[in-house]
Amino acid sequence: MWLIDSSIGRKVVMSVTGLALILFLTFHACMNVVALFSAEGYNMICEFLGANWYAVVATVGLAALMVLHFVFAIILTLQNKRARGTDNYEVSTKTNSDGLLDMGERWASSSMLLLGCIICLGLILHLYNFWYNMMWSELMGNAYTQLPSPSDGYAWIEQTFSQPVFVVLYIIWLCAIWLHINHGFWSAIQTLGWSGKIWHNRWQCIGFIWSTVVILMFLVVVIKFAIF
Amino acid sequence: MKKIDSKIPAGPVAEKWKEYKAHQRLVNPKNKLKLDVIVVGTGLAGASAAASLGEMGFNVLNFCIQDSPRRAHSIAAQGGINAAKNYQNDGDSVYRLFYDTVKGGDYRAREANVYRLAEVSNNIIDQCVAQGVPFAREYGGMLANRSFGGAQVSRTFYAKGQTGQQLLLGAYSSLSAQVQAGKVKLFTRYEMEDVVIVDGRARGIIAKNLVTGKLERFSANAVVIATGGYGNAYFLSTNAMGCNCTAAVQCYRKGAYMANPSYVQIHPTCIPVHGDKQSKLTLMSESLRNDGRIWVPKKLEDAKKLQAGTLQGWEIPEEDRDYYLERRYPAFGNLVPRDVASRAAKERCDKGFGVNNTGLAVFLDFSESINRLGLDAMKQRYGNLFDMYEEITDVYPGDLANEINGVKYYKPMMIYPAIHYTMGGVWVDYELQTSIPGLFAIGECNFSDHGANRLGASALMQGLADGYFVLPYTIQNYLADQAIWPRISTDLPEFAAAEKAVDDELTRLLNIKGKRSVDSIHKELGHIMWEYVGMGRTAEGLKTGIKKMKELQKEFDTNLFVPGSKEGLNVELDKAIHLRDFFTMGELVAHDALSRNESCGGHFREEYQTEEGEAKRDDEHYFYVGCWEYQGADKDPELIKEPLEYEAIKVQTRNYKN
Amino acid sequence: MIMAKNISVTIKFWKQNGPKEKGHFDTHELKNIPDDTSFLEALDIMNEELIEAGKEPFVFDHDCREGICGMCSLYINGTPHGKTERGATTCQLYMRRFKNGETITVEPWRSAGFPVIKDCMVDRSAFDKIIQAGGYTTIRTGQAQDANAILIPKQDADEAMDCASCIGCGACVAACKNGSAMLFVSSKVSQLALLPQGRPEAAKRAKAMVAKMDELGFGNCTNTRACEAVCPKNETIANIARLNREFIKAKLAD
Repeated sequence: MWLIDSSIGRKVVMSVTGLALILFLTFHACMNVVALFSAEGYNMICEFLGANWYAVVATVGLAALMVLHFVFAIILTLQNKRARGTDNYEVSTKTNSDGLLDMGERWASSSMLLLGCIICLGLILHLYNFWYNMMWSELMGNAYTQLPSPSDGYAWIEQTFSQPVFVVLYIIWLCAIWLHINHGFWSAIQTLGWSGKIWHNRWQCIGFIWSTVVILMFLVVVIKFAIF
Repeated sequence: MKKIDSKIPAGPVAEKWKEYKAHQRLVNPKNKLKLDVIVVGTGLAGASAAASLGEMGFNVLNFCIQDSPRRAHSIAAQGGINAAKNYQNDGDSVYRLFYDTVKGGDYRAREANVYRLAEVSNNIIDQCVAQGVPFAREYGGMLANRSFGGAQVSRTFYAKGQTGQQLLLGAYSSLSAQVQAGKVKLFTRYEMEDVVIVDGRARGIIAKNLVTGKLERFSANAVVIATGGYGNAYFLSTNAMGCNCTAAVQCYRKGAYMANPSYVQIHPTCIPVHGDKQSKLTLMSESLRNDGRIWVPKKLEDAKKLQAGTLQGWEIPEEDRDYYLERRYPAFGNLVPRDVASRAAKERCDKGFGVNNTGLAVFLDFSESINRLGLDAMKQRYGNLFDMYEEITDVYPGDLANEINGVKYYKPMMIYPAIHYTMGGVWVDYELQTSIPGLFAIGECNFSDHGANRLGASALMQGLADGYFVLPYTIQNYLADQAIWPRISTDLPEFAAAEKAVDDELTRLLNIKGKRSVDSIHKELGHIMWEYVGMGRTAEGLKTGIKKMKELQKEFDTNLFVPGSKEGLNVELDKAIHLRDFFTMGELVAHDALSRNESCGGHFREEYQTEEGEAKRDDEHYFYVGCWEYQGADKDPELIKEPLEYEAIKVQTRNYKN
Repeated sequence: MIMAKNISVTIKFWKQNGPKEKGHFDTHELKNIPDDTSFLEALDIMNEELIEAGKEPFVFDHDCREGICGMCSLYINGTPHGKTERGATTCQLYMRRFKNGETITVEPWRSAGFPVIKDCMVDRSAFDKIIQAGGYTTIRTGQAQDANAILIPKQDADEAMDCASCIGCGACVAACKNGSAMLFVSSKVSQLALLPQGRPEAAKRAKAMVAKMDELGFGNCTNTRACEAVCPKNETIANIARLNREFIKAKLAD
């Protein structure tokens, strides 16, 4: 199977799962923004995405994407380490960074696994903070024994971000995600072969705007609930 | 005296090759499988021959000294490759390319060979395009052409300034396909140290694995050497550092004739020598002469100031510049053949008009073309050459430097002639077979097609013609009756003896244990060669040169120091072997130059020139190929003459004036 | 006339006896060399001095010294070929690029795909093997049609030429933290994919060359762009995108 036993195939798996996750993040961000305007509206969405069969199926699918993305990342990294060899360079200069943004991009591009690990840690926290208390509680049937109620997502947000430690952790987490998908976006397009001399810059620009907007949407919610 | 049979087929010159192919012997497909061919070298000639032979069904063993066949020095050819396609509708034809090449070679080439070369030139372009060589194209999608020296038509095909690279990569890709198919076995980082002769025929080689240092034996039904020229005998040349003539000289020692060694091409547009630490000279493509104008100051005092560094080239106005090529050769101007341009530069510098601190340089100026066509157009044509020039000299030829009376002057390049190519080489007959049966020589390695001077963009043509279209046919004429013999065993005493001789030689060099490094002696040899056997030769100088070379060789034999051992990689030991053979070759060049009492093409004897300083040939006495036979290490070589016969072309004085 | 200045530098160079042996650095001081000397000429001078002192010379690959053969392969002061703005090979590097008194660190290409032979000479035969797997058009000598029978738009020919400029030096692999050979492979695939002559075998070629590259143990590309930043011939990762496209297309059609 070429998706597993060829280098480009493995990268295609990374790209497709990565792009799917970016798409998910986009929806997630849109949903969060609703919380800025209306608590009822937000809770309505929470209810809709509660312990319904389609939401559960989607969650399992999402988890599968994550796992696939992560497992392939580990495999690729191990292979790349082996290809690199055991001797390291005595002197190593980073070349050609046109500016701060570009430098960040370049750093991100060679630190994707590190960023991915930070993101995973953040994810565990996030799942504990929200998913465990919401969808999981509902599924387990302990929905009526806890406060706030699992379908009251708005309250959960308020409760979480009233604690400064979570605010800080979430901001770090969001920055890591931003760096990760800022590179990941155009990198995925490049791997799928939809890029070229002209479109490379365009995709990079689109990716930058997209990832920045999505992350800002998340960030605004965090800050709003932290301050107000 | 020995008679030489060049095996030129009978009939009119235009029919000879067709006739030959129609009647030559062929090898049937089954027998091809039983026949092994050794090809030494993977440049244009070697790679194309190995690929073609493999594809025909022969088993090919292909050797190269670099880590990959793609690195052979053909890759450095910049300008282009000639072909008589007449795509520009400027009146080109096979005959005209043939005529230009013979005339360019100062009527010292073999007519039949050159005609064949011109004939197959068109196939080369077709072949290369089919391989995916990205030649330059016009907007309509057709192939583009440029002009080169010695021709009044545009027949040069090119791929930016990297034509040699692209053609070699084309041949290399075909070779790679045959390696994949199992028909060619590749031996990289191997050097041929000797040819093995069994019963008077070349039956194999001794090669050194450069990484392990081990000598290995290889046998075959025929041996083809495509090992390039001997330009590095001069130490400073445009050849790559690894270029050497060891394979060719070993064949010479084993009985192959060396032909016309004195015909050495000195390329007019190289970056001048800058110091004694220099290891190699860099060529600036001849194509620059399409748009660049060559000049020195008219006034001697200006030249003096230039040499002292108190005046810059761009401060000299138009009327004080001497465009000496345009002045002397109005019809061809800056596009005269290389030998003519080189000599003219030397003449000016000898008179004191040189323009750099050593007094050994002339200007190549693009101001007029930049003013006419714009800097962008120039950059498109020569961008990479301009960059390369700046990288080396810190001067960018497109920089605006001055304006005098409304005329803009840009920084000119400085150029000077340097050793570039050797027309002479191993003697071959019409079939490209040397005087040893079963031993063939192709590409720059042989002497065949360029006479006394090679035209620009013809080396690539010859290399590929030999490799793709000539040798694969003619070698069959030899191999046709060879399949009846069982494979030659490398355990034969001849192989053992050859290997032992090489091994003894390595031991000898290592055991001299003197004081001097290979390079320091090589540099000295280069000075002698350039001084006495270079651009302007005299009988007196040549004799002195030979004497000095003999003395230096004694120094080499007694005071050389080679570190390390025979085992493993030993770069210095390999260089020592090369140098040993540069001595042999250098002396041979001098002997040939001394025996040829005339001036023609790349061989210029100062005693034989016209009043205007042009080369004066002596067709009555020297209308022959000078073939040299080895007589032993301490004896002078012996000259055998192969008379030239011209049927199609009337021999006349070369004229590029009108 | 621009007169050359003299500078003195310390060369810190890698010595290693074989692929399996352990290597180490040696240093050598070079005094008063003209700054219009090329870097490799400076190494020649160093070797002369080492030989004079009865030591073994420093081994490195080099040949044409015009930046085209791709033989030279030194990792200088932290970049392949000692990267200059314009893109040049080791042999096109001149001493005027260095400061007086500077220590210049010279290392071999370090990658599992390129085992060290000796000192800074590495074995790049893997590149040949990749080309042998499919980097060609299959044609028989002498059977080609007239060269102008296939019209190729100038733009395509020029782009193919840019891709074909790759000299196979291996700087891309040396610079890549993944030891990936994608820029090299993609340049060859691109050249032939852009030309009509190469189309008939395009799918087969992309699959075969990538398979060979993987088999030889080169890494997976993660688009860090280190390769294009150091390529002396300015090959770009647009080639890699094209290779990906050709490969995926070929696999989806299987």
